[in-house]
Amino acid sequence: MRFMMVVIPKGCESAAANARPDAEAVAKMMEFNKTLQKAGVLLGLDGLLPPSTGARVSYTDGEATVTDGPFVGASEAIGGYWIVQVRSREEAIEWAKRAPMSDNEIVEVRQIYERRDFPADVQKAAEGFEELPNAAAAKA
Amino acid sequence: MSDIRKTDIHKTIEAVWKIESTRLIAGIARVTHDIGIAEELAQDALVAALERWPEEGIPETPAAWLMTAAKRRAIDYLRRGRMLEQKHGEIARELEFQQQRLGKEMDQALDQVIDDDVLRLIFTACHPVLAVEGRVALTLRLACGLTTAEIARSFLVPEKTLGQRIFRAKKTLSEAHVPFETPRGDELRKRVDAVLSVVYLIFNEGYTATFGDEWMREELCNDALRLGRILVELLPGESEVHGLQALMELQASRTAARRGPAGAAVLLSEQDRSSWNHAQIERGMAALRRAQQLGGGACSYALQAAIAACHARANTAADTDWERIVVLYDALLQISPSPVVALNRAVAVGMAQGPSAGLHALDALAAEPALANYHLLPSVRGDLLMKLGRYGEAREELQRALAMADNVREQDLLSKRLNQAMRMD
Repeated sequence: MRFMMVVIPKGCESAAANARPDAEAVAKMMEFNKTLQKAGVLLGLDGLLPPSTGARVSYTDGEATVTDGPFVGASEAIGGYWIVQVRSREEAIEWAKRAPMSDNEIVEVRQIYERRDFPADVQKAAEGFEELPNAAAAKA
Repeated sequence: MSDIRKTDIHKTIEAVWKIESTRLIAGIARVTHDIGIAEELAQDALVAALERWPEEGIPETPAAWLMTAAKRRAIDYLRRGRMLEQKHGEIARELEFQQQRLGKEMDQALDQVIDDDVLRLIFTACHPVLAVEGRVALTLRLACGLTTAEIARSFLVPEKTLGQRIFRAKKTLSEAHVPFETPRGDELRKRVDAVLSVVYLIFNEGYTATFGDEWMREELCNDALRLGRILVELLPGESEVHGLQALMELQASRTAARRGPAGAAVLLSEQDRSSWNHAQIERGMAALRRAQQLGGGACSYALQAAIAACHARANTAADTDWERIVVLYDALLQISPSPVVALNRAVAVGMAQGPSAGLHALDALAAEPALANYHLLPSVRGDLLMKLGRYGEAREELQRALAMADNVREQDLLSKRLNQAMRMD
């Protein structure tokens, strides 16, 4: 089973566009990344720039509206993710518990759809999905 | 506490065990020099966790908790051993000294289970002194954190049989005084090969069941891939480790396409290539490049991976660079001659140079005793004869193949082709 462990860092939603993680935090994170890799469970990972550098595209009546970040009213924002391949939901949660997070930070653990999780007609509609870049293993 | 809550906690403990057990056992083994004893001590610690955590909650650092529990048991164990060994003399002082030493070493091991410990654990579990089935069981148990029941299910053997297999393996290691160490020099190469063959065996057990209805045992494939990733980290300079990882990733990338709607087997040439997993192909290609960069391009796994890569690169079966595949099989035959490889080469020759050339290559294998009961020999012959329009002979071959195949999926596949052959003429 593959899981995405989504990181929701404290203050990410309002972080300045030029805010960058400090070396100490990155070093701690790297230690955890290495642990995941050595355990053979890590399939991928990425970190995101603050939402203040991003934009939201919203849709009304078929029309798209663009709003630049930071986003008013947002109380949390995604800062990055890991994708892990593990044997159970509990194992993914145990890995998340070991992430080097501070108080009031969140790691959200979400299972990734595999093609077989869909009913037959949806599977048919999803044909060719695995050909897309980064659509990792159709494996439990 | 409610039963549901207890089940939840047990699942969590299982997950903690999967994550921590390898390093825990490796750390203890550094002190006890015996992986059998280390595993028993770790198991005892697990039993303690199963008793206490449901009441007390999961500790903040479960690994440290387990190691401390194991340490306590190790000291008990030492005390019992010493009592038996030394009937006279200054038992008490000696014992106290030993306990202190052991306690200190366990604390150190707890502080820092080094990667070498894990590597030593894997090398020991795959030691040539063990029967192959013992190596496989021990590796899954110690390096993958699988329970005896899980391993037994994967290999369709009774749990009791599997338990005995593990017991025997541990006993053999102990009786042969196999040291808990990483081999050096020439020995290292041989022992790496032994480890890789165990990993690939696990993968293949999952990838192609040799009997019964279970076509795919994906979990085993995933365990093998996970083990491979662990080994890539532990032995980054060993080209064959990357070669095997490449091979497994590339083969596993076809998992979804190898099963038809009703679970029936789909041959490589007829697979829907759009359901090959391209992320996995990328990982396989990257691993193959690393193997080649490290100078291991001509090693067995890397060559097999290179063949798999030819398939992965081709948009259709006809687009495949069969000429190159023939060359790669020739190279593979040079370093590890095997009738099965020769058979695969004949298939490639048939594709590259036409069915007559393929048949000619097969003729050389007709008297091969190792293939006498191998269903793929008549199966391949049957296919080539079909292509040549020699339907009567093709039917005979396919019938022979059908009688030899013991996998239900493969039998289905052969029946289908036999039916096609029946309709010809």
